[in-house]
Order: sequence, then C-alpha cells, then structure tokens
Amino acid sequence: MRYGTLGSACAALIRRDLLLTWRRRGDALNPALFALMVVALFPLALGPEPNQLMQIAAGIVFVAILLASLLALDALFRSDYEDGTLEQIVLSPHPLPVLLACRIGAHWLTTAVPLILVAPLLAEMLHLPRAVLPVLMLALAVATPLLSLLGAVCVALTVGMRRSGMLLALLVLPLYVPVLIFAAGACNAAQAGLPFLAPLLLLGAGLALALVLVPLACAAALRISIS
Amino acid sequence: MDTPCPGPSPAACWLTIADLHANNALQFASATGKFHAPMHSQATADPVPLLSARALAFSRNEEPIFGPIDFSLHAGEVVLIEGDNGSGKTTLLKVLSGLLLPSSGTIELHGETLTMSRLSQQVALMGHLPGLKADLTALENLEFSIGVFGLRAGNTPLLALASLGLQGYEHVAVRLLSAGQKKRVALARLLLVPAALWLLDEPYANLDKEGIDLVNRLLEAHARRGGAALITSHGAYAFTSGSPRRLPLRPAA
Repeated sequence: MRYGTLGSACAALIRRDLLLTWRRRGDALNPALFALMVVALFPLALGPEPNQLMQIAAGIVFVAILLASLLALDALFRSDYEDGTLEQIVLSPHPLPVLLACRIGAHWLTTAVPLILVAPLLAEMLHLPRAVLPVLMLALAVATPLLSLLGAVCVALTVGMRRSGMLLALLVLPLYVPVLIFAAGACNAAQAGLPFLAPLLLLGAGLALALVLVPLACAAALRISIS
Repeated sequence: MDTPCPGPSPAACWLTIADLHANNALQFASATGKFHAPMHSQATADPVPLLSARALAFSRNEEPIFGPIDFSLHAGEVVLIEGDNGSGKTTLLKVLSGLLLPSSGTIELHGETLTMSRLSQQVALMGHLPGLKADLTALENLEFSIGVFGLRAGNTPLLALASLGLQGYEHVAVRLLSAGQKKRVALARLLLVPAALWLLDEPYANLDKEGIDLVNRLLEAHARRGGAALITSHGAYAFTSGSPRRLPLRPAA
C-alpha cells in the first residue's frame, strides 16, 4: 500500500504533459511558427528599410509572441476538461493549487520556451540592434511566465463553456497589456540608451505575486467551472 | 494497515488476479429496503461506516437535483443507486466524491467530515468520461494515476491490465482502443489506486457480457477485502451476482 505523495503527483503530472507534447510535437511548434509568420509579414507590409524596422522591432516581437501565446492558451485545461482527466486531478488528495502550478509550469515549458528560443531569429529579421538582444531575452524570460500565469486564471474560468475563445481573448487581453507595455518599454529604453531596469523589476515583482496567487485563483476558478 | 480490513487475514485483503478469477460468490449485503437499516455480518463488526450521508441534498441554481437523503455504507458492501435519467445519480456520485459541494447535509468518511480542501485518499471516482489521455498508452495513463493517487500493495499496472483482459494493449495509444476497452483501462485504474470506496457511474455501459461479469467479479473481490462501492445504473443492466442493496433515487420534488 503506497499512497501518492505530493512530489510523485507533481512529477507524474509534468512527465505526462511533456510526454503528451512529445506525442504531438508538430502541434507544439505551432505558436513559434505563428510568431515567425507574423514577424515575416511586417517587412513585406512596411518595406525593408532597416532603420524603419529597427525602430519598431522590439514592439513587433513582443506583440507576435503575445498573440502566439494567446493561441496556445486555450489548450491549457481544455483537453483535460473534455476527457475527464481534470476531474481526476481535482479529486486527487493533494493540494490542487500546487498541481495546477505544475500544470502551468509544464505549459510554459512547452509553449513559451520554443517562443523564447525563436526570439533571436525574430529580432534579427527586424534588424533589432544586437546590443538590445540580451534585454529582449531577459524581458521575455520574465514576461512569458507572467503571461502563462495570467492566462491560466482566465482559461480556468472559461473552461466549462463551449466556444469560449472570444470570451477568453476579452478576459485575457486587458491583463496582458501591462505586461506588453513594461516588456517592450524595457527594450525601447535600452535601444534609446536609457535605463531599462525599472520596467523589468516591475515585471519581476508581478511575476512573484502571480506565482503565489495565480495557482490559488486557478484552483478556485476550476472548481467553479467543473460544477 | 491504512485501510479497514475486516477479513480474517490481512493477506486476503488485497486484490490479486486469483481473486478476480475466483468464482466464489460472497454475497453482498442483501437488500433491506431501507438505506439506514443496520447491516449484517461484516458490516456490524465495523461500527463506523465507511461512508455516511446525512440529509444530503444538492440543488443547482436553486433547482433541487436530489435529496435530502440519508444512507450509510459499510465496508464490504456494494450498493446500487437506481433512478431514471435525470434523477441525479451522477450528481450524487460527484457530491460524494467531493467534486461538488452539497447544498445541505454532511458526508462523513470513516466518521470524519469530507471537505473540499481535504479530499480523501480513500475515494476513487469513475465518471462518464474515462479520464484517459487519448495520446498516451494504457500503461502511461495508469502510471500517471499511480503517481497522483498511489499504488495498492501487490499490484502493478501490467497485472491490472492483464486481469481486465487487455494483454497486448499495454503499449497501444488509448485513442486506438474501443469504448469498451477504454472502460476497461479506467477499471484497471480502480484496481491500482489504494481507495477503499469506489464510486462508479454506469460501470456497465459500453461493456460486453463478459465485461459485465468482470465488473461484478471486481466488485465482489473489492467488497471481500473490505472495500465498498456505490454504483449507478438506470436499470438496463442486470447486476448478476448476489442481490445488492438498492438505493432508489427520485428527482427532488
């Protein structure tokens, strides 16, 4: 007789999510391909002037990555809800917020990390100055977990509804806007030679707050959604 | 021993393959007509019921779904919840599992009140949805459940799958299995997790005759080693072995 421990439950959940992503690795690349397509369209529409593109490069990269992560967001709890595994996860005797934190972490790992990896390519396509690239990567490293966490609460609230895509976007976008402003603002400041640490620190503070509060909010929202 | 085990020796408590194939019919507690009547034999040896509900009722949006009902379930019992479509059978199981909060009344497991924040290791629910990831194999699905819920002593995923007649399907993606085979994988999960109380929603649905016999044998073996089960049925499938206690559920007026 061996009862599952919290550690084994978290490990099983993360292992399962990584395995599922691996089984559908073609789908897992979709957000990165989407971001790549969006960024590739801008020089076509605006003309290939390096100076002009350089001015807006950081903003475009962030918007493309934000939209790409929005695209992948609905999958966070949807399939688990539809096949009944979400019920099993909610019924587990372990603290639900911790399990959901693992679920969100795995989601970030499988959807946002490919986006972060493709970001230098996106920046290069738009002639972003190489000196700004470290700031861009740092901003992405702080902003993408925050996007995943904020999105997770909204997905948890809407997962019980059919065709909740539009509602989800409406709920999520106002929460995503400040993240976009601070992250792109840090890059723009760095590009202009101004201090860029303050917006990054604000993002970091937001991430710390979200890491603690979001799993709790998610658990409460999911319980409402499945009842 | 973490779970109550009224059997003669602890070794007899845990389900083995031999148990499943044993055709020995230990009769379930026979029908009494009243749900709160004292139970016989094994049941009386254990004064604290495994599960008891008092004045349990559930309403959704002010509309009563079932109840209030009172009943208790002792170790070694299998109780069939009967009711028409829409009488609240599934909702009752969800409330008892802790998935839904009852509108009124209390649920006690081993005499302790069940709360949302502290769900029990003792309860396993098999709902309408199999709760399996279609892209994972049967074995990977079971390993996930073991990670979350734990593993019953003396069992392994391979043994459990074999005892449900799924030899050779261990490494097949669940997506490729038939509805009945998915049900069997979900049943295999019940054998693996260390839960004393099984809540089964329509366990006979999608199963062939052999599968129905198999479910009955599983329930018998589970009851024999001190477990208990609540199963729902809309009456279309006969519960063939023994005469289980029946809990009729009517839609709340």
